[in-house]
Amino acid sequence: MNDLIVKVITKMLFPFVLVYGFYVILHGHLSPGGGFSGGAIIGGGFVLFTLSYGLEKAEKMLPHRLLKFVESGGLIWYMLIGMVGIIGGGWFLTNREAGFWMGTTYKLFSSGMILWITFAIGMKVASTMISLFRLLIEEEQSHD
Amino acid sequence: MLVLNAILVVFLIVCAIAVEHIKDLLGAIIIFASYSLIMAVLWLLLMAPDIALTEAAIGAGATTLLFLAVISRTGRMEK
Repeated sequence: MNDLIVKVITKMLFPFVLVYGFYVILHGHLSPGGGFSGGAIIGGGFVLFTLSYGLEKAEKMLPHRLLKFVESGGLIWYMLIGMVGIIGGGWFLTNREAGFWMGTTYKLFSSGMILWITFAIGMKVASTMISLFRLLIEEEQSHD
Repeated sequence: MLVLNAILVVFLIVCAIAVEHIKDLLGAIIIFASYSLIMAVLWLLLMAPDIALTEAAIGAGATTLLFLAVISRTGRMEK
């Protein structure tokens, strides 16, 4: 697709989509939303960029190597944060009883490990959605 | 509020029947996206904003994009 209006609108809209996605992820324990919804919004923003600017430019902006790294890193980060509960003397994902730093109630850094776990889930969902969509588009282009 | 709820539910049922009956698959995908949007508003009226957010992101965004990628690889019209 090579349309000027779509490209300009995408360039104007793209940062706001990313900021809204990160807002939904980081405020998952205070307001509606969380890792899955925010990750889907971020993934949708990158899919919009891929659709309007083409696969080569999107690949240059967010290479597949980095995407693989983020996807595996989200899972490993989730497991490491969950292991803190075991090390602190509880079960997997034990939060306050394991002595995790709790922060101030009703502020951004509250509710212990939930913020960090939600961030990991968001990164994993976003990178999975982007790489899934790119896989479909790549196969289609090599088919023609 | 009850009238709005009734209108949305009726439109939801119309969309669900139209998706099944239409022959053009691109039109079916667009109707399915509008179905997801109405479903998101209904979740919001049922006081489930978390589900509404997920429905709007997944149903109207991701599912539509994946279906579009699939019909760009296969045919547009139903045989």
